[in-house]
Amino acid sequence: MSTSAQGIVDRLKSALGEGISVEQLKGYLELQVDPGRLVDAARRLKEAGFDHVKSVTAVDYPAKKQIKVIYHVSSMLDEELARYVVGLATYVDRDDPVVPSLAGVWLSAEFQEREVYEYFGVRFDGHPDLRPLLLTPDLAAQKILRKDFKVVEEDDYLKLTFEEYTSTKRWV
Amino acid sequence: MAEASGAVALPGMEVRQLERNLYEVYIGPAHPGSGHMRIIVRVEGDVMVEVDPDIGFVHRTMEKLSEGRDWMKNIPLFERMAILDACNVTLPYVEAVEKLLDVDPPERAKYLRTLLCEINRVASHLYGFGIFGVFLGHSTLYMWAFGDREIFVELAEKLTGARLTHSYPMFGGVRRDMPDDFGKHVRKATAYMRRRLDEYAKIFLNNPNIRSRLEGVGVIPKGRAVEMGLAGPNVRASGVKYDVRLAEPYEAYDRVDFEIPVYEEGDSLARAWQRVDEIRQSLSIMEQAVDWLEKHPREGFIHEKFWKTAPPIYKQVYAGAVPYAGKYRVKMIPLYASLRVPAGRSFARVESGRGEITYYVESDGKDTPYRVRVVSGSFRNVIAFKYAMPGHRLADLPAIYGSFDYFPPEWDR
Repeated sequence: MSTSAQGIVDRLKSALGEGISVEQLKGYLELQVDPGRLVDAARRLKEAGFDHVKSVTAVDYPAKKQIKVIYHVSSMLDEELARYVVGLATYVDRDDPVVPSLAGVWLSAEFQEREVYEYFGVRFDGHPDLRPLLLTPDLAAQKILRKDFKVVEEDDYLKLTFEEYTSTKRWV
Repeated sequence: MAEASGAVALPGMEVRQLERNLYEVYIGPAHPGSGHMRIIVRVEGDVMVEVDPDIGFVHRTMEKLSEGRDWMKNIPLFERMAILDACNVTLPYVEAVEKLLDVDPPERAKYLRTLLCEINRVASHLYGFGIFGVFLGHSTLYMWAFGDREIFVELAEKLTGARLTHSYPMFGGVRRDMPDDFGKHVRKATAYMRRRLDEYAKIFLNNPNIRSRLEGVGVIPKGRAVEMGLAGPNVRASGVKYDVRLAEPYEAYDRVDFEIPVYEEGDSLARAWQRVDEIRQSLSIMEQAVDWLEKHPREGFIHEKFWKTAPPIYKQVYAGAVPYAGKYRVKMIPLYASLRVPAGRSFARVESGRGEITYYVESDGKDTPYRVRVVSGSFRNVIAFKYAMPGHRLADLPAIYGSFDYFPPEWDR
């Protein structure tokens, strides 16, 4: 990936300006921007040929009190760019996570942003339809993919007394 | 049929009148065709004006569950997304972890993975075909496709030992080598399937009834398909030549000879033909992979790093020193149980039967992943329900819906 990736790094730098740092990771390239610059960076990436979002990911870092939102984007129409995946990453405050929505730039981000919203409570500013996608509203309120939500495994047996059981049954 | 309240009850459907001539129709989640998803459709007359796919009825929070399991135990977990496409679904996870471990599987393992991926792809397309037939009321195709799928499921069983959840790819290799007579079975299956595909065309794709329901229905233009970020056969049927096997070849795909079929029309019929052509290509790849595997000596199929920790019985069986291995209880290679993956982030993608499937894996050096993000091809195609359906009649919904080769357990994860 070393020699061939230099071309894409140059292309990214010319699209986004010299000040941007491109990190080469295993299987993708990561760009980091501030939340304020996210929409601008996304627009420039789209103009450079990155036409769709593959995945919108968030990662919770409780120790740093931050949540990282990554948009993995690539291209379908440009054969050269299709060989690479670029992760556009931004860090937001964990207590009040707000990110400008990129659904206006890439339509393909719309449903995945809804998913990040329900799992992490990250609000996407300017999203056309921000509501839970997979989860029920009360489960989404618990922000279950954050690290402080612990999964408690169910016991193999029902932990119920007979009185509890009869009081909850729905039939007469 | 409408009552005074404006509510109509149909089996599997719920209809509510919003205003004069505007109705909200709830299709699913327990509908004979829809299967684990609900579509909330607003119809004006019988023309859909707004479609809201309401998914998540078989959601299992796999991303959260994976954070509490060993690296190895996540393979059977992720497999449950699409059990009929199990190798394709778990392969990018294995690849992403291999990237973090800096392990490159041996050549033989790469060909074995390619072989199983293609067997899975054919089985997955046939499954999709069967469901598509049900949607259009063509129960013959359903019977045929499910019957023929059984051949490929049994091929997978011969190769891996399990019909569906084979957990075949492991870090650094595959679970076992192929049986000696496997090539014979593969060639028999491919010859049979090629003949059957012609019959499928006769009874289904060129059938005037089916064509009139599919042609020009649910057209997604090329630009729109890219904008929505559709994946897999659906985007290729709209004229986009994009396939991970071509863009970023993995396993043995850079050494086998195949074409990427592309259709320009972008309608439901093109999506159906797309799958037929892909099955043809898959059959050819299967034969090439089997040829290679038969011609080359049976060298290792797991990376040396893991193989050297294997119990002696493994090596004895592999060397042919044990006449009947069935009496032994063979345990997993111990290094997998205590595996710690170096800290880092990696991304891997694979072209599965229903489109590109991507994994983002982050490790902090412990024995469980820090974060795993899965996006499956089906999930990326859900957005098409919202944007491709409005403007069509309600009767076209099953035709468009079936042509996407939907699979709820895969997109719900």
